[in-house]
Amino acid sequence: MLAFKFAYKNLIGAGLRTWLNVSVLSFAFVVIVFYNGMLDGWNRQGRSDTVAWETGNGQYWHPLYDRYDPFSLQDAHAAITSEAEKLVKENQLTPMLITQATAYPQGRMLNVMLRGIDPNQKILLIPSASLNPQNGEIPALIGKRMAESAHLKKGDHVLIRWRDINGTFDAREVLIIDIFKSNVPTVDVNQVYIPLTTLQEMTGMKKEATLLVAAATLNNTGIKGWAFKDTKFLLKDFDEMINAKKGGSRILYLLLLSIALLAIFDTQVLSIFRRQKEIGTYIALGMTRAQVIRLFTVEGSAHSILALILGSLYGIPLMLFINNYGIPMPKSADQAGVAISEKIIPFYSFGMLVSTILLVVISATIVSYFPTRRISKMKPTDALKGKIQ
Amino acid sequence: MKKHSLIIIAFLFSIHGFAQDAKTILDKVDRNMSSKNRIVESSMIIHGKRSSRTLTSKTWSEGFEKSFSEYLSPAADKGTKMLKLEGQLWIYSPSTDRIIQISGHLLRQSVMGSDLSYEDMMEDRKLNDVYNAKVIREEKLNGRNTFLMQLTAKVENIAYYSQKIWIDTERFIPLQQELYAKSGQLLKRTELKDVKQIQGRWFPTTIVYKDMLKQGNGTEFKITAILFDQKIPEYIFSKAALKQ
Repeated sequence: MLAFKFAYKNLIGAGLRTWLNVSVLSFAFVVIVFYNGMLDGWNRQGRSDTVAWETGNGQYWHPLYDRYDPFSLQDAHAAITSEAEKLVKENQLTPMLITQATAYPQGRMLNVMLRGIDPNQKILLIPSASLNPQNGEIPALIGKRMAESAHLKKGDHVLIRWRDINGTFDAREVLIIDIFKSNVPTVDVNQVYIPLTTLQEMTGMKKEATLLVAAATLNNTGIKGWAFKDTKFLLKDFDEMINAKKGGSRILYLLLLSIALLAIFDTQVLSIFRRQKEIGTYIALGMTRAQVIRLFTVEGSAHSILALILGSLYGIPLMLFINNYGIPMPKSADQAGVAISEKIIPFYSFGMLVSTILLVVISATIVSYFPTRRISKMKPTDALKGKIQ
Repeated sequence: MKKHSLIIIAFLFSIHGFAQDAKTILDKVDRNMSSKNRIVESSMIIHGKRSSRTLTSKTWSEGFEKSFSEYLSPAADKGTKMLKLEGQLWIYSPSTDRIIQISGHLLRQSVMGSDLSYEDMMEDRKLNDVYNAKVIREEKLNGRNTFLMQLTAKVENIAYYSQKIWIDTERFIPLQQELYAKSGQLLKRTELKDVKQIQGRWFPTTIVYKDMLKQGNGTEFKITAILFDQKIPEYIFSKAALKQ
């Protein structure tokens, strides 16, 4: 307790020097919390959007389907088994048939994925209900990014060329019935959605699918002939990207923290150098060297406590303000191919806050302790005389 | 009644006659266009939207099943070799010093950025074997009398469901070919021009391939030299020749 009292008095007594150190450390603390909060917010948002728009609560894949190899699509399709069909009728699964195709908007060639989706499905947010038959025309649904890149708008016709089950070319015009907006680029970029039965007929793959998307209420029951992929597997790329971002951000905030800690370290070195007589007096009054070391270490680490208080004073209102309005993302962020919304709402988890506080306090304590080790080598008599050691 | 029967019999005979004609015409075309073997020096001009590029190559082929090509220019593609051997295709790239087999779905990719796919290049089945043919009419094309023939697939594993082909009535060589999708959409057009008599046979020396769905002026294939029925050493059609 004595150590804390001394530390408080000495820190307040040091005036501007203390507040400079505390300000820099509090800034590092706020930046770390904010940046981690932003990444966690993005992570939560991106994951929930991807689940809602693309992956569902897991997917059952045809064993030959490889999402990284579009060539696998030619063979990755099979009839929907009666077991799966039952779950489809119960709205627990929705089948999707995917085939490679080429779109020719304004005579340009664009490789696309033609996705057959059930217009009545409710599992994914894709507004498939708009895919109603249109007087013999094939209705097609595309995303905003696809519409922009292909210069297509609602009501336009675009020629699509594909191959059927035997590899024979076929080509028809489709009618752009609607354009949807999604935060998930993978459901949008170069994707064209048409009614499932239409694609099945077009390709000669009657009652077949490439994958089956599971509803949130469906637990993995295992369907014979189909390989279940859980959300952990389906979101692997997104998780890896967030982890890579977190890794990169660590460099930034460790650099910032190092500057603040260096200031505390310097302050400690200076204190010990200038307060030799005080150290000698403490020892002469009966304090052990360890107690003096503890005193100075507590004093140094108390910077971090003050930094946390100061950081909270301006950080909490700032973060509440940001959470209210969100962080607008530049339009170019959309081109990166990862799920990102127009605004990111940071998320500050309890675990992240505790770990950040511990990081700041422990690192401040460590840098405060190192310079104080010199005290153990001091001769009390010389220290009392104020001789430089 | 007797009159009606005669008309029906005459009609059936005429159908049979036309079918026979179409088959005979295609056989004549096959005979004219094919040879025991050939050595061709050619240039392929790929007309893009903004610019064109030219590749020159030398090809040794035996029937439709065996073929070996070596690209001579430009510098970036020089030394690239392709070997087609009874339904299989290998490519050797000097930059990587590796031989890659092009198989399965890769065959559907474009050859050196042209309007031709490897699959188009690999097609070695005779038209009569994969299509039912019939002569629609005779018509003039670029001042030549031609048979306009309609070809409809009789096998399932074929890229183009139907074709229209214009055959020179005198020389029995195709002058134009149109490839259609199942829906009837025109996909590709091939024009065969600059017909010359070489070693006693008529042969087109310029072929223009055009993907009708995309912009651009297609790919022009010009034969600069061609020799029929030569002595080609057997090692040419081996994988070992790719790295030589």
